[in-house]
Amino acid sequence: MKRFLWPLAIFIILVGFLVVGLKLDPREVPSPLVGKPAPAFELPILHQPDKRFVPGDMRGKVWLLNVWASWCVSCREEHPVLLDLAKRGVMPILGLNYKDKRDDANAWLKQFGNPYELSAVDADGRIGIDYGVYGVPETYLIDAEGVIRYKQIGPITPAVLEQKILPLVMSLKK
Amino acid sequence: MLAIVAGVTLIAVAAALVLNAFQGNVVFFFSPSQIAAKEAPLDRTFRVGGMVESGSLKRRADGLTVEFIVTDTAKSIPVVYTGILPDLFKEGKGVVAQGKLGPDGAFHASEVLAKHDENYMPPEAAHALSKAEADKAAKSVVPPGGNR
Amino acid sequence: MIPELGQFALIVALAIALAQAALSLTGAARGTPGFMAVARPAAQGLFVFVAFAFGCLAWSFYSNDFSVLNVATNSNSRLPTAYRIAATWGSHEGSLLLWVLMLSVWMLAVSVFSRSLPEDMVARILGVMGLVAVGFLSFMLFTSNPFERLLPAAAEGHDLNPLLQDPGMVFHPPMLYMGYVGFSVAFAFAIAALLDGRLDASWARWSRPWTTAAWIFLTIGIALGSFWAYYELGWGGWWFWDPVENASFMPWLIGTALIHSLAVTEKRGAFKAWTVLLAIIAFSLSLLGTFLVRSGVLTSVHAFATDPKRGIFILCFLAVVIGGSLSLYAWRANRVAPGARFELLSRESMLLANSVLLLVACGAVMLGTLYPLFLDALGLGKISVGPPYFDSVFMPLMAPAILLAGIGPLMAWRKGDAAQLVRRLRWIAIVALLGALFVPLAFGRWAALTSTGLLLAFWILAGTLTSLIIRIRSRTKITSAFLGMLLAHAGVGVFVIGITLVKSYESERDLRMAPGETAELGGYSFRFEGVREVSGPNYAATRGTIFVQRDGATIARLEPEKRVYLVQRNPMTEAAIDAGISRDVYVALGEAVGGDAWTVRIHIKPFIRWIWIGCLMMAFGGLLAAIDRRYRNAARRPEDASAADATLIRSGTA
Repeated sequence: MKRFLWPLAIFIILVGFLVVGLKLDPREVPSPLVGKPAPAFELPILHQPDKRFVPGDMRGKVWLLNVWASWCVSCREEHPVLLDLAKRGVMPILGLNYKDKRDDANAWLKQFGNPYELSAVDADGRIGIDYGVYGVPETYLIDAEGVIRYKQIGPITPAVLEQKILPLVMSLKK
Repeated sequence: MLAIVAGVTLIAVAAALVLNAFQGNVVFFFSPSQIAAKEAPLDRTFRVGGMVESGSLKRRADGLTVEFIVTDTAKSIPVVYTGILPDLFKEGKGVVAQGKLGPDGAFHASEVLAKHDENYMPPEAAHALSKAEADKAAKSVVPPGGNR
Repeated sequence: MIPELGQFALIVALAIALAQAALSLTGAARGTPGFMAVARPAAQGLFVFVAFAFGCLAWSFYSNDFSVLNVATNSNSRLPTAYRIAATWGSHEGSLLLWVLMLSVWMLAVSVFSRSLPEDMVARILGVMGLVAVGFLSFMLFTSNPFERLLPAAAEGHDLNPLLQDPGMVFHPPMLYMGYVGFSVAFAFAIAALLDGRLDASWARWSRPWTTAAWIFLTIGIALGSFWAYYELGWGGWWFWDPVENASFMPWLIGTALIHSLAVTEKRGAFKAWTVLLAIIAFSLSLLGTFLVRSGVLTSVHAFATDPKRGIFILCFLAVVIGGSLSLYAWRANRVAPGARFELLSRESMLLANSVLLLVACGAVMLGTLYPLFLDALGLGKISVGPPYFDSVFMPLMAPAILLAGIGPLMAWRKGDAAQLVRRLRWIAIVALLGALFVPLAFGRWAALTSTGLLLAFWILAGTLTSLIIRIRSRTKITSAFLGMLLAHAGVGVFVIGITLVKSYESERDLRMAPGETAELGGYSFRFEGVREVSGPNYAATRGTIFVQRDGATIARLEPEKRVYLVQRNPMTEAAIDAGISRDVYVALGEAVGGDAWTVRIHIKPFIRWIWIGCLMMAFGGLLAAIDRRYRNAARRPEDASAADATLIRSGTA
């Protein structure tokens, strides 16, 4: 009675499609920015509004640019990971405070702790556009030459940190 | 036997309906860059997505027709729409519009969709922006190793 | 402390579900009464622990415990109490917990109302449901823990999405989930029967009320969702064919096919393998729907990758449940004895044709829903498939199904009488044609599609009425199942009338109105009186006042609002509706456009309420069918199919 096998066969074909579809994990597709120089900008600094920051200041260092906002819930999720990373002193972490209010942002850092060496203020999100920010949080790993080496969309989890970012940092520092 | 014939006929009819409907009703998506490159059709409804350029929203004298510019940061296209905009439509935010390209070069939208959530853009809008970002990145930065 | 208790309860529930599935399935396979006896108490224990866990989460929401991540993300201290409770199922994690709660409610119900079933059957059914519970509980505990802590605690919550702050949110998801999960009972019955090899009329009889009950909940759930979208989204639309709606509609279509196919299996012992397949598909689609919606794949393929663990778990779970049951089907279904023979012109063949039509329609909906996802996932470009696709595929497939539903109840089982059918159809056809011709005249505008819709509606209404008259004249007993069937079919007719008239005669205008200005639409005049600021518990609103007049008399004062919720700060349109049986007047505010002028959208929606009234009639008909006395006759052993045949052919029951 082969006809009773039909539903199963159709289902297997469907699952095959799905598996192929998910294998092409959109997260794995390298962002067009990876391997390209980090877009330049000049922005005021959160704690010292009169001073300005340009990514060029970080030349010669491997560093992390983390896009965050006080209104972003997922940022809270990844915050402990960043605090921990900052404590270990592996590399400087810089914040890009995205479409936020200065007071809210400062209050947020006070409440949850500040892992950032400094945070640049991108109040209207213009720089976010240059960096292709889809949503917050996003994180960029930038090497000594100012080239983006890795882009994380969504929160950094301990697994992503240990398995992807830290090995990459080690190889970049060599 | 008859049941099988009937079943096969039904499936054939259904398949024909589906194909026919797909042909006529599937709406393709184009980014402003693709439209600038003349990839978008002139006589067919399609969707365009990107970000509403800040300061570009204008209302015509009738109070109902609005004009705004949708950009993927590389290229942009003016959009004209008559009617009430969705609640979450804002300048500087993601948007998707469905409509046709007019002879005036503007996109005449019959429907405007905005994002539903604070953190994420409509996927189509995000897609358009990410496609344009490589191009943009190359332009806005000093070449690597340029001043060391 | 309370969240930890909740999480602990979930872990205990997982252990119970594991033990229940393992013991009762082995017990049934080996015939060990001691093992089988575990099934009922275990199901009841599972319910207690899951309900406790749910209570803990609800309490965390109620008491604003922002040290729970789920609460901090989806609630706010200024959120009104009812919505704080409803926010329990507003998130991915919370809705999974609601799902499991519903599953345990159904298991509890099976354990209580299954006295007439053989012990091994009960053990198998509860064992299969226990397996499903294991899958969901582990998914929740390993990938989406609703009780996850947020330390240090947030000072204030991020609030519930304003779109969800509506009474609809309180009732719609629980109803929908009751329906989704309810199909797990029909599924478990089918799997149990396949395992057992005992697929007969009595199996169908046991399974029927459960399937119908699930279908009732799903019908109400979908109707509520549609009604909610209608008044909450502010566009006046009631069905958008968006993927989330389709995800609930697909199991409904298959569930409808299943109900009808079960009727044949019970009465005539036929279509057994087909019925089992439909039961498997219905539940598979429920699972698919839950996951598609809750995993976020539908809004963005990227959402799936936010947490690949979830995606992989979902895929494996679906593969095991659906693949496993279809394998079992392939292996065991051929042992099913063929049912009684029937002629081409018979109620059996009509019901078969109907269920095939429903299945094909479901396939077409699925294709339109998933195809853009596939293309996107494979990187082949972005397309969207909108309402025009669904309208042009779905309607031609449903039209013959409705025609058949009008005649089906008039047809005898096994072998119909062609001459008698033609005599009866004559009247039905005349009524349908007259209705299709003259109703559009009353509206003053005729269109082919309008008449087609009305023809179908009057056809099924007249057919249903004819069935009732024939039954009354024949002086056979009218059972509540028969009445339920008629009521549900009449509901389809009312529903089709609603859709046809709304689609054909609705009118809409977007306007710019300054205070004191008047606009006309569909014989009504609207006077805009301006706006004022009001404040709600957790939002600030601009409230407009519009007087609706007809023939000089004011018939309604409508107050649409534009709200801005304090936490998420997004504007929300709150439409104002003057409801009526023959039309709704629907007004929504757009935005301020300088001076005191506002853009305003007004709609006249003729007969739109009939859509939901039709759905309620279907659901109520289902209820009448499910409570029919013969399902409650526990003492009487169900007769075998052949004995039932003789009596039923004569009476021609539903």
